[in-house]
Amino acid sequence: MKNDRLGKFAGVLARQGILVAFILFMIGFSLWNARFISVENVFGVVRSSAILGVMALGVTFVVIGGNLDLSVGSLMSFSAIVVLDLHENPAFGPALAIPAMFAMTMAIGALNGFLVGYLRLNSLIVTLGMLSAIHGLTLTYSGGQNMDIANQEATWFGIFGRGTALGIPIPVLIFAGLAAVLAILLAKTPFGRKVYAVGGNEVAATFSGIPRARVVFFTYLISSFCVATAGLIQASRTMGAQNTVGQGLELEVLAAVILGGASLLGGSGTVFKTVIGVLILGFIQNGLLLAGLEFYVQFVVTWIIIILAVWLDIAAKRGRLWSPIA
Amino acid sequence: MQRMNTTDLIKGGAIWGFIVLELVFFSVAGSFWSLSESAFMDFDNMLLLLKQSAPIGIIAVGMTIIMINGNIDLSVGATFALSAVVMLDSMNWPIMAGLGDWAIPVAWLLALLTGAVLGFINGIIVWKTGVDAFIVTLGSMLGFRGLVFMYNGENPTFHLNWTMVDIAEWDALGVETPALVLIAVVVVAWLIMTRTVHGRNAYAIGNNREAAVNAGLRVGPHMLINFVIIGTLAALSAVAFYSASGSVNPNDGMLFELWAITAVVLGGTKLTGGSGSIIGTFGGVIAIQLLRKGLGHIGADTETVNLVIGSILIAVLFLDRQLNRKGQEELKV
Repeated sequence: MKNDRLGKFAGVLARQGILVAFILFMIGFSLWNARFISVENVFGVVRSSAILGVMALGVTFVVIGGNLDLSVGSLMSFSAIVVLDLHENPAFGPALAIPAMFAMTMAIGALNGFLVGYLRLNSLIVTLGMLSAIHGLTLTYSGGQNMDIANQEATWFGIFGRGTALGIPIPVLIFAGLAAVLAILLAKTPFGRKVYAVGGNEVAATFSGIPRARVVFFTYLISSFCVATAGLIQASRTMGAQNTVGQGLELEVLAAVILGGASLLGGSGTVFKTVIGVLILGFIQNGLLLAGLEFYVQFVVTWIIIILAVWLDIAAKRGRLWSPIA
Repeated sequence: MQRMNTTDLIKGGAIWGFIVLELVFFSVAGSFWSLSESAFMDFDNMLLLLKQSAPIGIIAVGMTIIMINGNIDLSVGATFALSAVVMLDSMNWPIMAGLGDWAIPVAWLLALLTGAVLGFINGIIVWKTGVDAFIVTLGSMLGFRGLVFMYNGENPTFHLNWTMVDIAEWDALGVETPALVLIAVVVVAWLIMTRTVHGRNAYAIGNNREAAVNAGLRVGPHMLINFVIIGTLAALSAVAFYSASGSVNPNDGMLFELWAITAVVLGGTKLTGGSGSIIGTFGGVIAIQLLRKGLGHIGADTETVNLVIGSILIAVLFLDRQLNRKGQEELKV
């Protein structure tokens, strides 16, 4: 009986290992430095993780659907550049610039979805190609120039990145709100179940009458919507952007999603776990900085944590630590 | 020797046909739009192209081997940077000063050793933990980059040695050292993959890992060797490149993995493993570099290069699907 309970406990530990590790990490750091858990610090971390986090929410859908999206970094640069440029365009102004940017970004997401969903092309290569193509598109659009808002005092555009409501930073609210909506979409709706089905077993899903192509298409559309939101926060916070502002983020986003426990095979992962993955990356970075270490130490720590997390996850599933590969 | 049918010939030779097409297009278009007086197919221009292809090309050869074996390596850019930092920094060590010019081969060896060790780390993790290579090397891409920064902060690492520059810019009949290294790497890798037991086994493992295991192949050691090979090649690429320039920034080599994968895929290697060729990858590398130079030659903005390469990559994938309906390749994890 006791043994049984122990086994159950081990099972929970294996399944929620990343959450347990996260809590232990938070407690340890808080004991060591009380400033770590202070309200300002926590908000600061969540605020600075919001851009990465919002992108990770969308990529979670794509990954659960059994695909990859490597184009989110350069797509984010694109949306930031576009929204800043249209903001400065007298024909648009901020109120029109934002919907226009969302439309353009989601059109590119739709193209991704069409290529991977309907044409059944390999998502890794397609989005790799799109990474390069979108970067080229951004540079062509901007002529290689940085974009800036000339008169930063005269616009309300800054609220998305700089504003607060009830003492909570707006980026945090956007991140939390979007996470809540997408969590419901993924866990409680027929569409969400179809995403799991398509990613879990494509053949079985097809035989069950689930339109694979359409579901995959929509995962990319959701991803691009999240990217556009991230681009809006980024542009609004800095009121200016370089052409390469999102460069390299695609792999960090993927790291957060994997850290949350989504399998690259598709069919597993949740929005909540991705949020945990994002927060782990954010708090590790913050904790190491508070410890007085340089920012790049986090890269090495992240490396070790990602591999340990995925390794333990796999080991728990196969019931042995070392791989059976001869 | 298998007899090739027409479809195979089209698929195998597609990249070379594409290169010829590029050469013709840029030569003709260049005579209308080019600002420069010299012809595009100038012999010196082609030699320069070979030299400029070397850094990505050497890495792409390693990536081909890894992908034939059914894995992928996203950490090559960081390996490239760390090897370069070790090479240039080691020449500043007091102990190396006593060696005179013999410090150069020692520094090269240290760089290659760095690459081999980093490749070994990736390989042993993939082998022993069973975590997919995509995730392992995604992590080490961050980790190795962190090591680069930890080594020398955010400062560039440099060492100027004129003897080393002379070696790096030495040429045989106009073909400079980096180009010679690229050609040598292509030839050796081609021999390994087509003429040795290891090469044959690597194809077999990539094609069907389970069948390879049942046939008694030791999958792990072969994967490990291939990771050591790609790490060493990334280091060799750094040696060939930084011996001439003598200065490396901690962000150098970023996105190299993506360029290398692009070249490999253009060259016809499948993500699923089990098929692909070193010579095809060489073609892919040349095609990309030709495109860069060609677009510059006809006065297109450098910005359009990314757009064109990305579109071509997707188009190639689409055509490949049309030519090869049964190839249901998906990312294998």
